[in-house]
Amino acid sequence: MAKKLIIEHLNAWFGNVQALKDINLDIEENGVTAVIGPSGCGKTTFVRCLNRIHEVVDNAKVNGSVLLDGENIYSNTMDPVLVRRRIGMVFQKPNPFPSMSIFENVAAGIRLNGSKKKNEIADRVEKSIKMSALWDEVKDKLYKSATALSGGQQQRLCIARTIAIEPEVILMDEPASALDPISTARIEELIQQIKERYTIVIVTHNMQQAARVSDYTGFFLLGELIEFNKTSDIFTNPKDKKTEDYITGRFG
Amino acid sequence: MNSFSYLKRRILNRFMLFLSYGSAAFGVVILFLILSYIIIKGASSINLDFFIKLPKPTGETGGGIANAIVGSFIVVGIASLIAIPVGVMSGIYLAEFGKNKFASLIRYFADVMNGIPSIVTGIVAYVFVVVPMHGFSALAGGIALSIMMIPIITRTSEELIKMVPDTIREAGLALGIPQWKVILFIVLRTASTGIVTGIMLAVARVGGETAPLLFTAFNNSFMSFRLDQPISTMTVLIYNYASSPYPDWNAIAWGSAFVLIIIVLVVNILSKMFTNTKYSL
Ligand SMILES: Nc1ncnc2c1ncn2[C@@H]1O[C@H](COP(=O)(O)OP(=O)(O)OP(=O)(O)O)[C@@H](O)[C@H]1O
Ligand SMILES: [Mg+2]
Repeated sequence: MAKKLIIEHLNAWFGNVQALKDINLDIEENGVTAVIGPSGCGKTTFVRCLNRIHEVVDNAKVNGSVLLDGENIYSNTMDPVLVRRRIGMVFQKPNPFPSMSIFENVAAGIRLNGSKKKNEIADRVEKSIKMSALWDEVKDKLYKSATALSGGQQQRLCIARTIAIEPEVILMDEPASALDPISTARIEELIQQIKERYTIVIVTHNMQQAARVSDYTGFFLLGELIEFNKTSDIFTNPKDKKTEDYITGRFG
Repeated sequence: MNSFSYLKRRILNRFMLFLSYGSAAFGVVILFLILSYIIIKGASSINLDFFIKLPKPTGETGGGIANAIVGSFIVVGIASLIAIPVGVMSGIYLAEFGKNKFASLIRYFADVMNGIPSIVTGIVAYVFVVVPMHGFSALAGGIALSIMMIPIITRTSEELIKMVPDTIREAGLALGIPQWKVILFIVLRTASTGIVTGIMLAVARVGGETAPLLFTAFNNSFMSFRLDQPISTMTVLIYNYASSPYPDWNAIAWGSAFVLIIIVLVVNILSKMFTNTKYSL
């Protein structure tokens, strides 16, 4: 399989606090890569470095390189806007646009990235909401405010919004942490369905979920990547003692 | 000891509650007195002629304030045309890029301007607009009022834009939307109901100003639509007519005050209705 992202010597800071220390790993195209680790270990920071959204925080710094199809997204000639169009992101907390309707939320990315024909937008919105397993719940209230949805529905709306811009890579930061088991199952199903076409990086606190949905898993601890391997190997035959302790629930 | 302090607390509680009710009631009663006095004195001069006729010369009865109503709308309209874009854009700058010395300076400047007495604003407009243009004009009046509006709109826009959480900005950026579009079409839209309220309150506030208009827009006994000529406004008309010795002019002043208050009230109510619409934060 081809490597969609190659991450080399990635370091990230918040002010003087280093949140990521020399991360090196490759993300396979059309695979699902899980990022696990205890709270505060840098999982969110890591995925935020992959679409250049880390740098929008005050005093946040990054160095190292992230190659997308061989091209460094941190090179001077790379426009972060175009990077983010190719690498979409679903945040840890659902963040729909509060002033927009459900429909507009999903259409926003398409519309604001250059105008498209009305029915084409409508098609893509519908397709994206269907893919996110949200259609049946919202089809009668597409023009109602997005904030009137439940937390889980809002998160699926954010997934739909990301799918709608048709990125190549989708970063999901604990997409299911606010969801009930049924919606969680739907999201996992969705990941299985779309991985043919996208490359997915998913942060999760749920070991079972990582084991179920991912092909590769990286274990982070205190800003360092402790172990990275095929998911089946990580869970059955961890090489590092710390990984083993974490996945068997001895700490974390 | 416990039951005693409990009793003490309850008495104190009652007393404080009484004080706050009392103060609230006092404010409401005063407002009510002012309003009812204006309604009683003003409503009797109101008829159709009042809205469509021009003022009559001294000694003749009847007439209306059509020119002053039109003039007020023109002057406040000019002020809004200048102040809304300048104010909102400054607010965007301060909220989104305002973490430097220059921005702090602007913020400080806006606060100082907010505190400047309106008559001083009038003098400034007189010196910088009326004198160079060799005459009083609707434009000068509009500029004077806009100087008052800009800092109000700037600061309210800034506060409301800052209230939009960063997660919303990040959500927009993460969709590959350029920053300027995120600010204009997502952040500003999220804050828009509040900003519109702030604008309406600023309009209502300057709509009732007299001092800055006395030596800028000045006065005009005729209907005028020209921006480079003096123009009549309701507030200046009230000022002139209320202080005149003629009872029928006094009556017209009361009538104008009544109309002005109704307009300000309507603008305020509209702005409240805006705040209550859905899709707000
Ligand atoms: N905006 C910020 N400013 C300063 N420090 C931050 C900021 N965001 C995160 N950090 C710090 O960076 C480190 C990594 O945080 P990060 O959010 O990446 O953790 P995480 O693994 O996603 O945790 P969780 O599982 O709780 O979401 C933490 O020590 C955190 O305190
Ligand atoms: Mg996190």
